[in-house]
Amino acid sequence: MASAEAGTLYRGREGMWSWVAHRISGMLIFLFLIVHVMDTALVRVSPEAYNEVIGHYKTIVFGLGEIGLVGAICFHALNGIRVILVDFWAQGARRQRMMFWSVVGLWVLLMIGFVPRQLGHMFGWW
Amino acid sequence: MTATQIPDPTKRYQRTGLRGRNIEMLSWLFMRFSGAVLVILVFGHLFVNLWLGEGVQRIDFAFVSGKWANPFWQLWDLCMLWLGMLHGGNGVRTIINDYARGPRLRLVLKALLYIAVVATVVLGTLVIFTFSPCPAGAEPSLLPSICSE
Ligand code: HEM
Repeated sequence: MASAEAGTLYRGREGMWSWVAHRISGMLIFLFLIVHVMDTALVRVSPEAYNEVIGHYKTIVFGLGEIGLVGAICFHALNGIRVILVDFWAQGARRQRMMFWSVVGLWVLLMIGFVPRQLGHMFGWW
Repeated sequence: MTATQIPDPTKRYQRTGLRGRNIEMLSWLFMRFSGAVLVILVFGHLFVNLWLGEGVQRIDFAFVSGKWANPFWQLWDLCMLWLGMLHGGNGVRTIINDYARGPRLRLVLKALLYIAVVATVVLGTLVIFTFSPCPAGAEPSLLPSICSE
């Protein structure tokens, strides 16, 4: 049995907060996916209907929202890999804290790659 | 006061009493399997649609038809739709199980969830398979270049 002093994987610190963020990001992505399937379904209505609605994604507000969404997806995906490793890799539970900070580091790298690119698309820099 | 009960250390830890192959274990396994596949599908999708070229600025009807004229992207998006909705839907089912206490509330929330999942998967699948890149009578300037060839 894990003792309270040593902490567990699930109570407090990185283990718990990564779980909270995983849950919130998963819920958010799920809700967006439903909306996204519906807006894409407009290709069956007419080219005009689709272009009209998808045009909203090109506004500044949506462009910033997309950065948030991509951030949520990147975190959920990287932390999901961490969860899989905790469950299936013999060293997983022991290395979970190190893996959490790797997730944070990789997430920062992915966002450094995406955010300037997205801002460039939004403001027509390239 | 009774003395603290220490379980027999040779006895396997059981929280639910379920052993072996059962539906919750398969659901747990599915979350991990689908998650691993979704990494490729989702990052590929984001890379092609948001990173390459002019990113979101170039997405319009012609862009989507250009992609779905190719069976490769039809299959890609179909797998992403099914795995994403089943993974996300199963995840939300867990969240409902965790927080919705009363049986009525659980029933209502899960009914709404299952309806949303089925409706979205059916709608998306129909769109991918019944889609025509060059719909008859549409304004030619809005269509992909393959339509005029
Ligand atoms: C991109 C690759 C993805 C990976 C590697 C991944 C991985 C995982 C894993 C391993 C779990 C189980 C966590 C656990 O049992 O504690 C999970 C939960 C979940 N995922 Fe994903 N996932 C991915 C994409 C998605 C997408 C696209 C959605 C939404 C449509 C989503 C929504 C959820 C939800 C709602 C949960 C439940 C969270 C909870 O129980 O706290 N995931 N994910």
